[in-house]
Amino acid sequence: MAQHGIEAHEHKLVPLQTRSERPRSTSISDFPELSNRQEIWRYLPMDRLQGLDAEVIGEVTQSELSIALSGAVTANWIDSSEQIVGTAGLPEDRISAIAWTNASKTLLVEVPSDQEIAEPVFLTLKLEELAAKALHIFVKVGANAKATIVLDHIGQGFLAENVEILLDPGANLDFVSIQDWDNGSSHVSNQFTRLGRDSTLKHVVVSLGGDLVRVTPSVALDSPGAEIQMYGVFLADSKNYFEHRPYVDHIAENCVSNVAYKGALQGAGAHTVWVGDVLIRETAIGTNSYELNRNLLLTDGARADSVPNLEIETGKIEGAGHASASGRFDDEQLFYLMARGIGDTEAKRLVVRGFLNEVVQKVGISQVEDRLIASIEQGLEKAGV
Amino acid sequence: MATLEIKNLHVSVDTDQGKKQILRGVDLVVKSGETHAIMGPNGSGKSTLAYSIAGHPKYEITEGEILLDGQNVLEMAVDERAKAGLFLAMQYPVEVPGVSVSNFLRTAKTALDGEAPKLREWIGDLKHAMKNLRMDPDFTERNVNEGFSGGEKKRHEILQLELLKPKIAILDETDSGLDVDALKVVSEGVNRAKEETGLGVLLITHYTRILRYIEPDFVHVFVAGKVAEQGGPELAERLEAEGYDRYLKTEA
Ligand SMILES: Nc1ncnc2c1ncn2[C@@H]1O[C@H](COP(=O)(O)OP(=O)(O)OP(=O)(O)O)[C@@H](O)[C@H]1O
Ligand SMILES: [Mg+2]
Repeated sequence: MAQHGIEAHEHKLVPLQTRSERPRSTSISDFPELSNRQEIWRYLPMDRLQGLDAEVIGEVTQSELSIALSGAVTANWIDSSEQIVGTAGLPEDRISAIAWTNASKTLLVEVPSDQEIAEPVFLTLKLEELAAKALHIFVKVGANAKATIVLDHIGQGFLAENVEILLDPGANLDFVSIQDWDNGSSHVSNQFTRLGRDSTLKHVVVSLGGDLVRVTPSVALDSPGAEIQMYGVFLADSKNYFEHRPYVDHIAENCVSNVAYKGALQGAGAHTVWVGDVLIRETAIGTNSYELNRNLLLTDGARADSVPNLEIETGKIEGAGHASASGRFDDEQLFYLMARGIGDTEAKRLVVRGFLNEVVQKVGISQVEDRLIASIEQGLEKAGV
Repeated sequence: MATLEIKNLHVSVDTDQGKKQILRGVDLVVKSGETHAIMGPNGSGKSTLAYSIAGHPKYEITEGEILLDGQNVLEMAVDERAKAGLFLAMQYPVEVPGVSVSNFLRTAKTALDGEAPKLREWIGDLKHAMKNLRMDPDFTERNVNEGFSGGEKKRHEILQLELLKPKIAILDETDSGLDVDALKVVSEGVNRAKEETGLGVLLITHYTRILRYIEPDFVHVFVAGKVAEQGGPELAERLEAEGYDRYLKTEA
């Protein structure tokens, strides 16, 4: 741990059965009003919700979401009452239910079976209005198809969002959700994924801007042989509150999950929260699972909360582990670089870039990587490191 | 010609039990072209001396001076010391995750020269130096010291020595953990640097083995935070035969 200049710290393990027993419902009234007393909203700055917790909110218009398709991929706005909606997951909290109820339309993005789509599909949501809005997106990847989809959130606005991702057997999807909002924006996104037999999902969360960004990606591994990689990279400054809560529910046999989130924080008031839940049920024999979160605090006054929760109900697994740490720069690394003539600022940059690199390199989409690297440079510039 | 002068150096570290004095008045002069060997028991303060010269923040200089060509090294930041011509090959080189060797070396070279090296020339120099040290070319794409074996780390230190061309180098147990062949290869690297740039060397070691390849002009016996005796190469042989008992007894 010392190798990474980060001190391990104690954390308590919360039983996760409560997690699997959480009510699932599309009805707002099934969930209590938001309060910091509830674990799931514990850290949330309520004053930044901007009406996203109101029962009635607006809806994203089709012109606010631009779509750049690729190959045989289709995208259509359908009625949210259609059968398919809700087949990848149902709301587990009040804001998700609010988003569900208020989005009368759903954008259905479909990748036909057996198609290998070379170029990424880009869905770009640009908000320019300070009003709470709901959005529902459904991504369906047919059997043995392969595709990359980037969902980009930019501009300024308030968004309550549900994203469903359904992979048919043998499908392979790289999905990237970018939160790059201007200051003054708030965004709560629930991302439900369900993986078919032997399918593979790489789910990447990139959070760069927004007063409040809360992303809760969850996966139900209920078909054997499925594999999910969940990556996250975030760069928070004094204006940002970022919360990421990945949840992996191992139900079927021989599934693989790997969660790795890395963040850099700078500036007084910068606050990030990571709560990683992994539940390995009694039926999930042969599971292989790992979750990790590391945060690098670049300046004083930034705060990173990191809580890994791992619950294992069967001994018949391949492996399960977790790691979580937050800390300042490693003096030994800086000393080593500086002893070779590299200046203080440059040395810090090298260390930060290197720290985030591990996850940045996993993104695998050059446009996204370039933007991420540019954001990191900008952020470091701002931090004066 | 460069001269490193260490005068009456006293150094402490902060420990949980309070300040602990480690160096208790070290005097030493190293000039270009000279090789000084420092030998001494574990915990006598050899690495502390090395780190203090390089400017590690953990060590507090409570008394004394370090001068490089008359300039006050103690007032220089760590990178300024490197720019002034000092180099420390570390006993335990540090891993820097996510930073490739090639990026690291190029950044260091650029910082030292004040301008980026010409790409073709640089790549040629790098390849050449790695070949001399029998390093696999793949190393340039690996992260700095990450997953390197003990011996690979030491070769990587000497690679930097050869590429960055300092005036005075401190080698802290560069020979530890090297097999017979690697010891030869690494020693040749140091000798090349001595020949090509007139490098002055302060060589910290526990074994006379390396001194057969890198011949010292002076040998210093380091005990309890200072130089207890100095002499020529013959002193190293005697230490190997007799150990440090003699010095430790007089200490007590
Ligand atoms: N940060 C520290 N906190 C406490 N003690 C320290 C610290 N750094 C060094 N020391 C102590 O200072 C003394 C000198 O250490 P140093 O590493 O300089 O010895 P050395 O001569 O290089 O030994 P070796 O031959 O084993 O490498 C040792 O007793 C060591 O434990
Ligand atoms: Mg030592």
